[in-house]
Amino acid sequence: MTFAVPAIHCVACVWLLEQVFRFGEGVGSSTVDFAQKRVSIRFDPRRTTLARVAGLLDSLGYAPDLRLSDLDRTSVPAVSRRLWLQLGVAGFAFGNTMLFSLPGYFGLDAFSGPAFRNLFGILSLLLSLPVVTWSAADYWRAAWVGLKHRRLSLEVPIAAGILALFGQSVVEVVTGSGEGYFDSLAGLLFFLLTGRVFQQKAFGRLTFDRDYRSFFPLSVLRLSSDPAGLEREERVGLDRLEVGNRLRIRNGELIPADARLVGGEALIDYSFVTGESEPVRRHIGELLYAGGSQTAGAIEIEITKPVSQCYLTSLWNQEAFRKDRDDTADSITNRYSVRFTWTILALAVGAVAFWGWRDPSRAIPAFVGILIVACPCALALAAPYTLGTALRVLGRRGIFLRNTQVLESLAEVDAVVFDKTGTLTTAQGGEVVFRGAPLAISEWTAIRSVVAQSSHPLSRRLAEASPVEASGTARVEGFREVLGLGVEGRVDGNRWVLGSVRWLHQNGIEDLPETGETGSVLVACNGIHRGTFVVSNSLRGEVGKLVSDLRSSHELSLLSGDNNRERWRFRTVFGDSATLAFDRTPIQKLEFIQDRQNSGRTVMMVGDGLNDSGALRQSDVGVAVVERIGAFSPASDVILEATRLPRLAEVLRFSRTTVALVRASFVISTLYNVVGLSIAASGRLSPVVCAILMPLSSVTVVAFAVGSVEWRGRRAGLGPALGKGGGHP
Amino acid sequence: MSVILLLIPLSLVVAAGFLGAFFWAVRSGQYEDTVTPSMRLLTEEPKSSTRSLSKDEKPLR
Repeated sequence: MTFAVPAIHCVACVWLLEQVFRFGEGVGSSTVDFAQKRVSIRFDPRRTTLARVAGLLDSLGYAPDLRLSDLDRTSVPAVSRRLWLQLGVAGFAFGNTMLFSLPGYFGLDAFSGPAFRNLFGILSLLLSLPVVTWSAADYWRAAWVGLKHRRLSLEVPIAAGILALFGQSVVEVVTGSGEGYFDSLAGLLFFLLTGRVFQQKAFGRLTFDRDYRSFFPLSVLRLSSDPAGLEREERVGLDRLEVGNRLRIRNGELIPADARLVGGEALIDYSFVTGESEPVRRHIGELLYAGGSQTAGAIEIEITKPVSQCYLTSLWNQEAFRKDRDDTADSITNRYSVRFTWTILALAVGAVAFWGWRDPSRAIPAFVGILIVACPCALALAAPYTLGTALRVLGRRGIFLRNTQVLESLAEVDAVVFDKTGTLTTAQGGEVVFRGAPLAISEWTAIRSVVAQSSHPLSRRLAEASPVEASGTARVEGFREVLGLGVEGRVDGNRWVLGSVRWLHQNGIEDLPETGETGSVLVACNGIHRGTFVVSNSLRGEVGKLVSDLRSSHELSLLSGDNNRERWRFRTVFGDSATLAFDRTPIQKLEFIQDRQNSGRTVMMVGDGLNDSGALRQSDVGVAVVERIGAFSPASDVILEATRLPRLAEVLRFSRTTVALVRASFVISTLYNVVGLSIAASGRLSPVVCAILMPLSSVTVVAFAVGSVEWRGRRAGLGPALGKGGGHP
Repeated sequence: MSVILLLIPLSLVVAAGFLGAFFWAVRSGQYEDTVTPSMRLLTEEPKSSTRSLSKDEKPLR
């Protein structure tokens, strides 16, 4: 069984987790994968249970991150074994054929005689056979698929080049006219496969794809009454829940399916689903939607819809929410390769026509030579190395991209849409403003003492905002809290009432201002309205700078599921030209993105919760903001650590630079091709020219790609690289 | 010069040996996690998690 353990971060963790068998009965060996933050544990199902193993890990301080969707996922290595083996075979053949070719290049043939040349040729042919048939297998297949769909992908000229190289070499060896191009052939595949290994390694180890099951707990508490009429609790898996089952949801737990409230006081936080930051109050008999979490005490609910049909799940199954992108069809390389392939074909046919008229004996060598030299090895390496390096540069700085295609889309973004709650604002450290005559310290002490009794989010924020220390609070008598309304209590003989307008009315307090804002807390002392606290979510640091950086070059919008009490504040941040939209449902957010795209924009959506997931998918680039890398995030193209959000403008600029660098690498490799082609078109291509030109062009392009991107990455102002290590759990 | 007829097969055999070693390394999963083994080295005790499973223990995956 493999567990995802996000807490793994140092050598000691590895050591401890590989000693787990000492602590638990029935636990066998365990192996840690540090980079993936996973631990595979073998255990005997007859002597222990999965729950006990997970509990053991938890007690050691390494709580495993269990998700329903993990249960049927097998771990896939970053680079497949097959690719490594293909690379090994190509490298083996490359080295050995090179040795056999060297005598020919140095003109030692005359010295050793034609017998050796034929022997070397036959040996090279034998060595190349597995390269052509097995190492190149993926290129044959890709080229064939491309041709079948009438699409000139880069694999087509590569396959043509391999075929020309191999065919020409076999003819030369069989007829005894030369030793062939086997070393160039093996070298070509070796370089190409190196590029693919690099590309696969550069892809993040984070999971970007989610389905609704990732959101739910593994099991819930089901209540049932046995024949004797006694209540019984049992833990059951989500897949075994049925309509009509009664569940107990405790404080902080997620509601797994649409249900009716049958017992307890429900104060449901739907922020993840709708983006609304304040919990809503529900009464017995009312419907609760899946995805909300209970924030006050335990409740009992009765399921009204199966898990697979509830609101949240139906959201996921919407057509627009599951947009599968064709990631390769329109990449920069493929656009270029179409033009490239046609040019090569035209040149090859042109050369045949020209030499067929002037000197027919050179027509075939010229045709084959062009196909060989034009084989776009350097071209095929340019994009993977440039974009792959850029991905690593960003990854080191807490910005993770799904794949290289995302980088190309990033470069084209001209409209940015932000979510508000959780993305631009944080739940912590909100700004609390008191409207009314300033409070004296004694009054602050009383307020602090009353709110300290309550665990409601607003109470906690007021307590944090008060200038009075927790130790300085006074005794509270007659404390009462009504969920969703407010609190009251007596301090030093004064009766304090804090809460909503309705709550103060119920307590017989009149002359209240009409606020209607959900983030405000009215305060009354001894029956007289004293003032109002306005609690707003705090902006993340430097958001103002980010917005002003982007404002000149991008069209900006703000979408929020929250109400518009903070409109004025974001208007000052975003300026007059930006669109600010409040009270948006997830579907409306998605439609807003669609609308922008229909007006010809490439849209980037920056969001954090499930309520943004539709918009994140619909957008051309979806950026998920997370507080902690490895924490749960909705499906997206980019995962961004929250502290890196202010760097978004630099990331966009860096992606544009990178795409420009890809174009520059294309130019370099094309220059090599022009040199090679001018030799080949004259029909004078020799193996030695090919053996020098091909590796030289590949190495130049790779060096340029990696070097320039690293250099630009350091100068792009993306912020310092992330350090390793950290505190021990 | 004829000694080369001996040397060539010999060099091919040696090279094939290395290729075989590479195949073994890939097949035994050594290329899948290149980070953790370097850390395992730092822990003092000899790796004890190699304790083999007893006959009645069965790996789950």
